[in-house]
Amino acid sequence: MTGLIVLIPVALFLAIAGLIAFLWSLRSGQFDDLQGAAYRILEDDGPLDAPADQKNPEKKPKD
Amino acid sequence: MSCCAPGIEAATGIGVAKSAESDNESLLAASQTLGEGLSQLELAVPDIHCATCITTIERDLGELNMVSAARVNLSTKRVRITYDPEKGSPDQMTAAVTKSGHRILLLEGLDEDDDGQMGSLIRAMAVAGFAAGNIMLFSVSVWSGAEEATRDLFHWISALIAIPTVGFSGQVFFRSAVAALRHGRLNMDVPISLAVVLALCMSIFETARGAELVYFDASVSLLFFLLVGRTLDHMMREKARGAVKNLAQLAPRSAVQILPDGSRQAVAIKDIEPGMILSILPGQRIPVDGEVIEGVSEADLSLVNGEAEPELIKPGHSLLAGTLILTGSVSLRAEQPADKSFLARMITLMEAAEGSKAGYRRVADKAAEVYAPAVHLLALSAFLGWGILGGDWHVATIIAIAVLIITCPCALGLAVPMVHIVAAGRLFEAGIVMKDGAALEKMALVDHVVFDKTGTLTVGKPRMREQILGNSSDFLQAARLARRSAHPFSIALAEAAHEAKISSDDVFEGQVEEVPGQGLKARDKSGEWRLGRAQWCGAENLKQDSGRSQVWLSLNGKPVAGFELSDTARPEAKEAIEALKAAGMRISLLSGDRSRPVMELAKELGIEHAEAQLTPADKVSRIQELQNNGHSVLMVGDGINDAPALRAAETSMAPASAADVGRSAADFIFTRNNLSAVPATILLSRRSAATVRQNFGLALAYNLLAVPLAMAGHVTPLIAALAMSSSSVLVTLNALKLRFGNRELSKAVAPKPSSPSPVPPQKLELAE
Repeated sequence: MTGLIVLIPVALFLAIAGLIAFLWSLRSGQFDDLQGAAYRILEDDGPLDAPADQKNPEKKPKD
Repeated sequence: MSCCAPGIEAATGIGVAKSAESDNESLLAASQTLGEGLSQLELAVPDIHCATCITTIERDLGELNMVSAARVNLSTKRVRITYDPEKGSPDQMTAAVTKSGHRILLLEGLDEDDDGQMGSLIRAMAVAGFAAGNIMLFSVSVWSGAEEATRDLFHWISALIAIPTVGFSGQVFFRSAVAALRHGRLNMDVPISLAVVLALCMSIFETARGAELVYFDASVSLLFFLLVGRTLDHMMREKARGAVKNLAQLAPRSAVQILPDGSRQAVAIKDIEPGMILSILPGQRIPVDGEVIEGVSEADLSLVNGEAEPELIKPGHSLLAGTLILTGSVSLRAEQPADKSFLARMITLMEAAEGSKAGYRRVADKAAEVYAPAVHLLALSAFLGWGILGGDWHVATIIAIAVLIITCPCALGLAVPMVHIVAAGRLFEAGIVMKDGAALEKMALVDHVVFDKTGTLTVGKPRMREQILGNSSDFLQAARLARRSAHPFSIALAEAAHEAKISSDDVFEGQVEEVPGQGLKARDKSGEWRLGRAQWCGAENLKQDSGRSQVWLSLNGKPVAGFELSDTARPEAKEAIEALKAAGMRISLLSGDRSRPVMELAKELGIEHAEAQLTPADKVSRIQELQNNGHSVLMVGDGINDAPALRAAETSMAPASAADVGRSAADFIFTRNNLSAVPATILLSRRSAATVRQNFGLALAYNLLAVPLAMAGHVTPLIAALAMSSSSVLVTLNALKLRFGNRELSKAVAPKPSSPSPVPPQKLELAE
């Protein structure tokens, strides 16, 4: 019974962390281009598109 | 060679009409201001498909000073550019992309609304999934024998998770249910909302009482399953809409006006007034109806009235909006403003023809109208029966709610969308874009197919049929000349040369002059070469009346070679027509072209019923006649003049090469320019309809088993959870069956290389 008191919050915490991580990745545009991501990993000069990542429109103030 | 090799059209400008894509004002208008002096522009790049495409475009754009970020999205085939409009003009960016041989299209505005809805659906689904998982964790513990205080604690925690989840994720259904009830209708969302909310309320009440049976898990996992279905459904439509949008070739938004003093200025299409003089360059479409007052050219009318052959236009000719000017530039006196021009009249006709579509009710809605009241009556009778006979109204309430929960149309809610999602995915792989599920339902009922001729059954472009004079070295000379011109006849000769394996590097080197309405003129050491009309090449006497167009080659006024060209049936057309006949379809050919080519084509393809010289309104009335005789009609067409007919028919298909208005009127668009898409889609739609019926059967069978149990009061949360998830899974698996089989569709997957491609032959060789 005492085990439950620890385990339940731990289980819930982990699940909520997973949920938040998913919502964050969704918002930061990681699901926008699933096909493109598969190809980009083959490219050596990765930093090329790095600034584009930071300029993601979702994070930008919209007018 | 790499797939990203620069195409010849990028180098020479052939085939790329100067249009909105290279017009700074249009580009700026399509951009979105982000603040901090930056703007964002989204362009469709329909040809990208590999890692090299991504890096080439991003690197080329990144090298520009004005661009601060460029990101290619391979899934949507678009590139999003953040740039500073102060530092350079936007056409530098489009030039940077086209430099590497990629076609680009400007998108009309950014799609803002869909992102919002899609995002909220995914968030609702994620939250429901999280909650369902966790509540199930506690439920399993309770089912495994947790007791007394532990059980109550678990119930309370479940309640704590379930209440906000239902409040957040359930909104999608609640809103739709309330909207339906307001209009006095019932849809599937009404019983869904009722079951979810009642299950939650009852469970909270029972938890407070410390009772054994609560339904938090049922309430939340129901939401989760249904949201998965709904999200997938939305994704499918989003994908289709994006694909259609990528195809759109924007009509120029401005035209060049010639002022009385001879100076030129840009004028927006909507501001064009009758009497204005406009200058139209080769490669442009006529923006408004008008009369030619200066210049000679040839015009492509195929999208306007279905005529395949280019027509010679001279001062005095009246032209309809949408006509493509091919060779020389002309001045046009506007006769109608844009909103009264041909295109606008077609749109009015389209709206009038809409009637037959509005009356259609979706299969799911029909089912809901029977199902929802039946379920509610059952629950009510369980409530009254147990209350009156048993006397315990608390038990009666719980049993009535159990009936509602177990009959909650989870499987029914998934039955139709799952099938449509799988079918749409299957069609998408075959290059067919389906705009929405209702079209697939209607497609299954079709028993009469109506085709347009030019550009639909035929290639829509002249092709060389035979050489009627001269030998192969004359043909070579004609092809060398033809490669210097973008006229459809020249392209046809160049293509024929390409097919005859004549190297595309072999191009006439000297000066070539294009004489509008006549042909090409060139000079080399052997004298003056002419390639063009019979009179111009001195071949009137040799001209035979075969009903086909003829092109002649002359040297110093003496004809040396002659070629016959005509619009030919698509290579796969006959096969497609036969497949349709085998599927029990009746077939008609309705064309705006002249009688002779129409009848010849009908005979060649074995179409019994053909009519020529029809106006757009005639086409609509023929279709309505068929409908009045009880037929369900599929219209396949591509022109502006087909748009009203596409709208009038129950369902419609258009090739990707169709006019914008035709594409937006059609329910299905086949992007591989292969007519086998038509029988393939019909067969798949019939299989989908059968699968939907099976799914309804499965859902019904499940209810026949579950409802008596619930009415008898034997349903526990464990049984409810098992029954509901298994029926949902069963329905989904049944829908997945559609992924397999259907030979026709696999055939349509193969693109036909011989079908018309907007790229000149040189490009084809580079692409290999």
